[in-house]
Amino acid sequence: MSAYWWMWVAIVAAGLLSWATKYAGHSVPESLLENPRVHRIAAFVTVALLSALVAVQTFADGRSLVVDARVAAVAVAAVLLWRRAPFIVVVAVAAGVAAGLRALGWG
Amino acid sequence: MARLTLDATRQQALSVSLATGAYGLSFGALSVAAGLDVWQTAALSLLVFSGGSQFAFVGVIGAGGGAAAAVATSTFLGLRNGFYGVGLAPVLRPMRGLRKAWGAQVTIDESTAVALAQPAEDLPARRAGFWWTGVGVLVAWNAITVLGALLGSRIGDPADWGLDAAAAAAFLALVWPRLAHRRAQAVAAASSVLALALTPVAPPGVPVLAAAVVAVVAGWGHPRPEEVPE
Repeated sequence: MSAYWWMWVAIVAAGLLSWATKYAGHSVPESLLENPRVHRIAAFVTVALLSALVAVQTFADGRSLVVDARVAAVAVAAVLLWRRAPFIVVVAVAAGVAAGLRALGWG
Repeated sequence: MARLTLDATRQQALSVSLATGAYGLSFGALSVAAGLDVWQTAALSLLVFSGGSQFAFVGVIGAGGGAAAAVATSTFLGLRNGFYGVGLAPVLRPMRGLRKAWGAQVTIDESTAVALAQPAEDLPARRAGFWWTGVGVLVAWNAITVLGALLGSRIGDPADWGLDAAAAAAFLALVWPRLAHRRAQAVAAASSVLALALTPVAPPGVPVLAAAVVAVVAGWGHPRPEEVPE
């Protein structure tokens, strides 16, 4: 089989595994989730993963940590959230801050 | 009031879908640059449908890695989606058959975050958040991936428009309402510090996934019910 077709095999395999991972999460037995401890952990898991994602998206560049325009943009977003600004304003201003700083040649 | 919440939810779903979809431009261009053709690139977005996994897949191929390594890295980066299914159980269950199959496919960072950003007592808004964002991102991401693959390197970097910072700010905004209590704030802070500490030393995907350990520690004891971010 040619390299081209092996690539197709890899793509379909990656797709099946991705879907199976997602499906498995939705298939955890109800009886297990009714356990109060498991229920609490499941509630904290999404907050933990999404917070880690924000940190990585703000500071990581590959495997190094950098302080660039993203940090300034997310800091401004945090202030806006604290001031109860609407979602769309927070996102738009963050994009504007990062784009502006980069246009000025910083970050 | 309920109606107002629902409309705000859909508005949020739409803006998240468009912002995320815009990144499809970058993925499409990168995938073609890594040596995949337009059909293969489109198939990755449709079948894998998880941004981080897809960027990792074409990253490994582009760096000269093998197909098996690409599949393994992509799968590893997608493991967090499995945890999202567990966290979404109170919102989405019961789901069976085709609905469950579709629900699984659109279980990603964005749909989870928008669903759980809605008030815990407003189940219709949470469900609307999940489905509108999941399907919205699916449509936008796949359409714009093809565009990026066709345009290739002629397009600019989405970072020039600040879209990378917008993504981080959007996730911060979505997790924000769940940080009302000190225990949740501590979980968010500890997860962030752990992820950043692991970034230089652990393989991609591990830093975010490791935050699950923080959740286990936080949920193990006996926090008061109001401290649990439902």
